[in-house]
This record gives sequence, structure tokens and C-alpha cells, in this order.
Amino acid sequence: MSYASASSSSGDRTSDHRDLPHVLAVDDNHVDRKIIETLLLNSSCKVTTAENGMRALEYLGLRDGQPNSATLASKVNLIITDYCMPGMTGYELLKKIKGSSFLKEVPVVIVSSENVPTRINKCLEEGAKMFMLKPLKQSDVKKIRCHLLNCRS
Amino acid sequence: MDALQLRKQLIEYTAELFSEGFLDEQFTQLQQLQDETNPNFVVEVVSLFFQDSERLLNELAKSLSQQEIDFKKIDAYVHQLKGSSSSVGAHRVQRSCISFRDFCNAKNIEGCLECLQKVKQEYSLIKDKLETFFDLEQRLSATGGSPPLP
Repeated sequence: MSYASASSSSGDRTSDHRDLPHVLAVDDNHVDRKIIETLLLNSSCKVTTAENGMRALEYLGLRDGQPNSATLASKVNLIITDYCMPGMTGYELLKKIKGSSFLKEVPVVIVSSENVPTRINKCLEEGAKMFMLKPLKQSDVKKIRCHLLNCRS
Repeated sequence: MDALQLRKQLIEYTAELFSEGFLDEQFTQLQQLQDETNPNFVVEVVSLFFQDSERLLNELAKSLSQQEIDFKKIDAYVHQLKGSSSSVGAHRVQRSCISFRDFCNAKNIEGCLECLQKVKQEYSLIKDKLETFFDLEQRLSATGGSPPLP
């Protein structure tokens, strides 16, 4: 089973989905996608997942660097991406996002299973708001929610 | 077996899995994410882990039997397996992947083959144990007994 394209869910946790921050989570690992999705839903977020950088960019309307005007007005409030992905790494995805006038204001969090200081620094220098180690816990997601999205109790 | 006995058995079995290093903290994290709105979360994630692992183990066996061994590809597969096992708390599988990557980096075929066997063994063990765990949980829930808190 694989995601053919980005997939979205909101859960039944609150009645008004329009108020929920919308997070795009990018990870090539199926297990991790399921976990991050649940962590985010549990933190009252609307979640869309993508299995790689290309799909993420397509969803964001930034395919081939040309913004799709129909999908503009940043539909996501936060992007969380894995660092190690085949094809396009999380770092490369970050660069594309930060290089887009339409998307550069969207906060990006990079996650990785490897604690490599040079990797962390280059992501932060490129504009990532946070770098977190996998596996993510509920407390990590709460931290992200508080610092980068509207902190609601 | 009644609910009380089943519950006790489940608690003891779970404690064993943790004390013997088969599972770690991350598994508890997953259990804590399960609730009435998401009642089968742990089983669902673990099922994905089983599917993923079996696929990766097959790919690893294939790759290691090639004439020209592509160590980069093998490392990528092991990295994936290390990631998923870490995410579900399958501690011993994760640990066996770490040594595997070292042998990949050293381009040591013998070492890689040994590691593959070790990973397969650990995977087989944890699969067995988790299936037993879920079975106990199910039986407990069928008696109407309340599940122990993670």
C-alpha cells in the first residue's frame, strides 16, 4: 500500500475544522507517516501527509517552481519533513520552499533519526525553524504546536 | 481464564517484553496515543511495521545475493528498517540494524550476511511476541476486562 498522492485527515476532535492549523507532514516511511499524522491529530491539527518531496511540492502548488495560482494562498500553516528521503531530501525541499515567494513564510520543521550537528546547522541556516530527532513524541509535537502555531490549551 | 487473571498475565508479559529489551519507551508512546477515537492505533502501526519489515528483509536478501553488491542500496534499506523499528519501539531490531550499517559502510559482505540473519531473527522474535501481546489484549477485552494503563 502506498500513498499515490497527498492524503488529508482531520479527525473528529473539534467541530470547526476551519480553525485548526493545517500541517503538511512529509516522510517516505509509511510507519512514521502514520505516527506523525496521529501525533498531529491529537494536537488538534488538520493533517495532510506526503510520501516524498515531489508530492509535497505538488500539493503546495509549487510544481516545477511555478506556483499554481489556483492553489496559492498557502493552504498550510506548517511543514514537517523528514531529512533522509530518496530523490529529494528534506533539506532540498526546505530550500525550494524558502526559495518560493509564496511559501517562504511557512515555518518548516526538519526531523531526522540522526543527530548530526553539521546537518542541523545547515537546515537552521537555510531557514528551518526547528530540527527534531526521531522518533517524535507527543511532547515534541506539543512544543512545535506552541512555538510555531497558535498555542491552544 | 477470567478477566483478572488475563489482566495479570498481560501486565506480566508486557513487563517482560520491556525488561528483556524487546520493546522500549517508544512503544509506550504509541499506546498512549490510542484512545476511543483511535482504538486500534497500536495494532495498525505495528501491522504497517510488519508489512514494511517483511518487504525490506526480502529486498535485503535479494540485494545481498547479487553478483555486484550495491552497498548504498543495502544501507538505504537498513536505514528504513532502523527507522521503522525505532518508531514502534522494537528495540532489539533497531539495535541489530545499527551494526548492519557499520558493515555496509565497511563494505563487508560476510558481516552484512551475518547481520541480515541477526535482524531476521530479531524481527521474527518481536513479531511473535507482539502477536502474543495483541492476542492477550484481545482476549482481555472480550471478557470485558479493563485494559492496563500503559
